[in-house]
Amino acid sequence: MELMSGNEAIAQGAWEAGATIGVAYPGTPSTETMEAFATKEGVYAEWCVNEKVALEVGLGASAAGARVLVTMKHVGVNVAADPLFTSSYTGVGGGGVVILAADDPGMYSSQNEQDSHYYAQAAQLPMLDPADSAEAHDFAKRAFELSARFNTPVFIRSTVRVSHTKTPVEPGERTAWEPRPYEKDPGAWVMMPAFAKPRHKVQLERIAALRAFAEETELNRVELRDPSIGVICTGAAYQHVREGLPDASTLKLGMSWPLPKELLLDFASAVERVYVVEEASEYLESAVRALGVDVAATPNALPRDGELTPGLVRAVFGLEAPEHGEAPEGLPGRPPALCPGCPHRLVFKELSRMRAIVTGDIGCYTLGALPPLSAMDTCVDMGASVSMAHGFELALAGTEHKPVVAVIGDSTFAHSGLTSLMSTVYNKGAGIVCILDNRTTAMTGRQGNPFNGETLQHRPSRELDLEGVIRALGVEDVRTVDPHDAKTVRGALKAAAAASDTLSVIVFRAPCVLLERVVRPAFEVTADCTGCGVCPTLGCPAIAKDAETGLAGIDPGLCIGCGQCAQYCASRAIVSTDPKGGNRAC
Amino acid sequence: MPASDTTTVLLCGVGGQGTILAADVLAHAALAAGETVKVSEIHGMAQRGGAVTTVVRFGSEVLSMVADEGCADCVVSFETTEALRNLPYLKRGGYLLVADETIKPLPVLTGKAAMPRLARQQLAEKGAALIPAGRAAESIGSPKSVNIVLLGALSTQLGFPTQVWEEVIRQRVPKKTIEANLAAFEAGRQLALATKKEEGAR
Repeated sequence: MELMSGNEAIAQGAWEAGATIGVAYPGTPSTETMEAFATKEGVYAEWCVNEKVALEVGLGASAAGARVLVTMKHVGVNVAADPLFTSSYTGVGGGGVVILAADDPGMYSSQNEQDSHYYAQAAQLPMLDPADSAEAHDFAKRAFELSARFNTPVFIRSTVRVSHTKTPVEPGERTAWEPRPYEKDPGAWVMMPAFAKPRHKVQLERIAALRAFAEETELNRVELRDPSIGVICTGAAYQHVREGLPDASTLKLGMSWPLPKELLLDFASAVERVYVVEEASEYLESAVRALGVDVAATPNALPRDGELTPGLVRAVFGLEAPEHGEAPEGLPGRPPALCPGCPHRLVFKELSRMRAIVTGDIGCYTLGALPPLSAMDTCVDMGASVSMAHGFELALAGTEHKPVVAVIGDSTFAHSGLTSLMSTVYNKGAGIVCILDNRTTAMTGRQGNPFNGETLQHRPSRELDLEGVIRALGVEDVRTVDPHDAKTVRGALKAAAAASDTLSVIVFRAPCVLLERVVRPAFEVTADCTGCGVCPTLGCPAIAKDAETGLAGIDPGLCIGCGQCAQYCASRAIVSTDPKGGNRAC
Repeated sequence: MPASDTTTVLLCGVGGQGTILAADVLAHAALAAGETVKVSEIHGMAQRGGAVTTVVRFGSEVLSMVADEGCADCVVSFETTEALRNLPYLKRGGYLLVADETIKPLPVLTGKAAMPRLARQQLAEKGAALIPAGRAAESIGSPKSVNIVLLGALSTQLGFPTQVWEEVIRQRVPKKTIEANLAAFEAGRQLALATKKEEGAR
């Protein structure tokens, strides 16, 4: 018995099922699945530049006979949606494809809380919903069986509370998967209209077979207790229902698409009132109603946003909550912040000073939107910074406007920024694109990407020449800047803003502080501090403004000696404690 | 909430303080003591110096992996402000263990918000066991072992045999730090027992 997260359990299950290839783009809460899979014996695993590429690599490998694990977060499924829908026509050839879609109800680290169930329904692909790691382990194996048996990619849908909860798992042995030799089959794989039309019929036959399977499978489980209340639920919501309403009867759907119509109707007739409990969605309730089940309204409305808890489930059913104390009023919030020494900080500080219109992107640097930097106007999806900046420029053309600046990280640029930039160049767009190249995919735990040349299983690779790629796209004004040097950052942004008719790309290159963890002697504030209040506006967790005197102070335990703040001190009151000096020129 | 034999421990603090390793050791101790267990963590953006919580639940059967307000048997806080923030989670009569350490969040550092007044007194009024976990870790020459000091203190409430804890610490912490962490555990245990005695004397 081992404690495993849901993610680790899925990786273990996939390995036991004979998967030999794993492909993914990192994204919370899915990331550790591929990291765990990559450590298994006899597998090949890689980070792809995005989820669409990952799924396509997976389809190719499966067509050629391999069992493939493909993992992504919920919004990654949006990126992979194009091959996803057609993979329901092609099937999986001689191999097998299991796709993890890890949802984030509660949005701990995401820009929305979409429900991947809708993708299963829309793309017509079966979906399994584990409720803990033991099920995640088991369902991953079953998903590969189903993939082979029904010739279809199969989804596993987890949520943050399944992916990131550790529960006991009994790991098993690996069953080798003997791939069938590849045979050319254009009727199944060349999806042009003449071939796709018959494949749609194949898909419809498969769905009929899957519906029959859903009625039979023990993946779906009726647990009759008190017959007055029956609750239909899946995944983590099942655990909350079982704890919050221990007497209620439940229909736990381990397979959330396609739904078992007869089983649902039978369950509904076995209980007085039947309810659906689900997280941040109306998928299940709508789908169950559409099958003719008379779903009762809960005494209080089920929230359609955020996570559930047992207490919330009880509140929905009008049951009492336990007594508890209160937190004192007016506690200060504790939002996440850019680390001390973060190479992104001064770029945002200077953009804030310029009062630029900043279209942002997905990564640690999205934290540049928060006070005191407050240097971001938009953040929508991977790559949107570059394309939205072009949109701003189009709409503001011919008007007096502040500089429009896109800010995107190195990995995000590889994921979706390249195509946006190419489109801007092609359409003669103007503006400034800042690529914050911190040499890693930082937010998800420092994974490799094409611009640092590191691969998931540490195979030798090559580091792509970022500036070369940008120049090759047709951008003439490309500069490389040290983001720890305030004057250079300011100068580069000013020069780019002055050339308002051209498209400028500035690559700010310095490694994430979590990569090398270099700690130089801390800086300190001398008696020359006048309390001007400038250094605290950098938003560094190591710098504090004294509430009474207004004077600055530096926490020697947090300061890593980057010297960013010293460059903003007009009184030269911030100095290195390093006897050899270490101050940058102001 | 309906009665069950599930014990819920909520560990809270600031991203980077080591709540996840503490939860890992606690969970393995529960497992070694014959319980089943669930550990719910939060990764990603919240880890960048934000407020974090990890929930460990164990018993003969554990259903939900999260803690509702009023349901945590123990709240273990690595920081005083986070202890105040998580007070609602503590069950009536539950054990509130707090490392006597304060970390100012960014809105306070920039002068936009103020720290809670008399945080330690407020916590003491709620019956908190405030222990100098940071100082204890430093005094044994292992300042990063604050999390294990706290576990040592928590262990006085949970009834797992000391050998179970020691064995799990040996297995779960980096090899080079085993002895330091065992010392940290014992220091935490003694601090909690002393706090209890003090209360008894009152």
